[in-house]
Amino acid sequence: MKPEPDAWPADVLTTRLTARDLTLAYGDRVVSTALNIDIPDGAFTAIVGANACGKSTLLKAFVRLLTPTSGSVLFDDREVTDYKPKAIAREIGFLPQGLMVPENISVRQLVARGRFAHQSLLSGWSGDDERAVREALSAAGIADLAERQVDNLSGGQRQRAWVAMVLAQETSYLLLDEPTTFLDITHQYELLRLLARLRDRGRTVIAVLHDINQACRFADHLVAMKDGRVVAEGAPAQIVDSTLMSDVFELPSIVVPDPVTGTPMVVPTM
Amino acid sequence: MSAPTASPAHSGVKPGVVLRAGRLSFRVERRTVWVSLALGCAALALGFAGLSYGTGWTAPSEVVAALFGQGDSSLVITQWRAPRVAAALIFGASLGVAGAIFQNLTRNPLGSPDVIGLDEGAYTGALIAITVFSGTAAALAFSSVLGGLIAALAIYLLSLKTGFSGLRLVVIGIAVNAMLVAVNSWIVLRAELEVAMAATGWSVGSLNGIDWQDVLLPFAIIAVLFVLLYPQWTSLHQAALGDEVAITSGVSLNRHRLVLVLIGVGCTATVTAVAGPIIFVALAAPQIGRRLAGTPGVSLLPAALTGAVLLMAADLIAQWLLAPVSLPVGVVTTVIGGCYLIWLLVREVRR
Repeated sequence: MKPEPDAWPADVLTTRLTARDLTLAYGDRVVSTALNIDIPDGAFTAIVGANACGKSTLLKAFVRLLTPTSGSVLFDDREVTDYKPKAIAREIGFLPQGLMVPENISVRQLVARGRFAHQSLLSGWSGDDERAVREALSAAGIADLAERQVDNLSGGQRQRAWVAMVLAQETSYLLLDEPTTFLDITHQYELLRLLARLRDRGRTVIAVLHDINQACRFADHLVAMKDGRVVAEGAPAQIVDSTLMSDVFELPSIVVPDPVTGTPMVVPTM
Repeated sequence: MSAPTASPAHSGVKPGVVLRAGRLSFRVERRTVWVSLALGCAALALGFAGLSYGTGWTAPSEVVAALFGQGDSSLVITQWRAPRVAAALIFGASLGVAGAIFQNLTRNPLGSPDVIGLDEGAYTGALIAITVFSGTAAALAFSSVLGGLIAALAIYLLSLKTGFSGLRLVVIGIAVNAMLVAVNSWIVLRAELEVAMAATGWSVGSLNGIDWQDVLLPFAIIAVLFVLLYPQWTSLHQAALGDEVAITSGVSLNRHRLVLVLIGVGCTATVTAVAGPIIFVALAAPQIGRRLAGTPGVSLLPAALTGAVLLMAADLIAQWLLAPVSLPVGVVTTVIGGCYLIWLLVREVRR
């Protein structure tokens, strides 16, 4: 299937975060070359692909964790690295994988650290910070855990505490690297619904997701990657079919409508 | 129907308080405030004890009178004992802060400047300044800082491939430390007799015979370093969440780390230039402070206060143990620190 740049209607597609001619590499190991992506503003974008296809690497370039070998990542037509660190951190938030928790930190203290970019030496802790932390805790559904130690939480609760931390950052763009890993299936769907709600309230969500059916169900825009290239992008209903599945995942499958949402559902035939 | 589940008990709640001073406001945990106040009081009490004790005890009323320049013991107390007490307070705080900085940078409770060779590196710098250049106090301080920085750079380059957190950097640091101890012994052995004698008394870290002349410049340097450290305070906490979260939440991580290394080496080396390498305080103070204050991760203020209290207590013990002979305070800290270090090494290696 050919990528359809016009799959998203031109009058709806506004974009603030774009990748232009990106070459991404770790040292000598080149992951991606000539990568061009426009992230639709106000949408839920899911990046999917097999392991080591470069999806996390792309996310790292978006959030300044990896400096492109060439090309640029632009936010509002300006290189993300040209912004002051705190200024860009008020626009783009990121939840990585494999998080480390300091000893003896409470959920509230952890979430409060999401406010770093909004504070300065002179402003310190403000009423705005207090409100943002409260809202983030309740949005992530962990208001009742606020005073608990993060060390003592279950995996799912801990992940939601981290999500609340990124929510407290109150960025217009929220990027998440496989946020559903280590969550049981109920918590996976709760988290995805939370992300969809955030999208409904005007935030742009970009998540690397492992589960193609979850991506089809929740995302407005899908970016399918293989070997560091974008194989297809567009609305799930427009691009997901058995050809794409065999291209991207080398998985023989049939694609049927999801009985609940009508979005594409991939059923492996192997 | 099942009974409604009980809401979690609120007995374990640790409410925070918002401290305000003009436009400044901070959210801190109540326990941190109380522990800091308690440590401050302990430092005051130890300071008063330090002023009262020399070759024997002076009555409290006489000490108070002496502080106002009255009584026969005024000279002894304000010119001999007071600088020593002030040095223990400020140097202890400085070492505690240096320890907190490097334990944060290496994300390891063993990654403290006295373990990974920065004290010995600073001491090498100081020894070279004395033996080769017979330098002034300023040259000594400068040379110490340079020595500490070179040691830090060596460890940085040696652990470049494996990353800066974890036990590997610490093991490299311990090796660097051992080499520098040997280098320092060699320098002392080669030096003129008088220089060597002075250097030996000082090689384990000592506050004996310190007067106001010796401490004014180091105090000024440490004050400047603390002021420069203040803007890094919140970044330090943020960096404890990992590199990725720190960067994407708005920390300029590379600049932050560079500033921290410079301040941390400065804090250690300034003390070493005057008092020699006093080990253990930088190692233990941040961890003891963290446990007492219940802060998330290693925090600066509890580390500074605990460092001050530890060094003041150790110096009192050093004076009192074999009185009238005054031991170098480093002997006391080494004895306590050696035991603590073994315990910590065993615990870390097991992980």
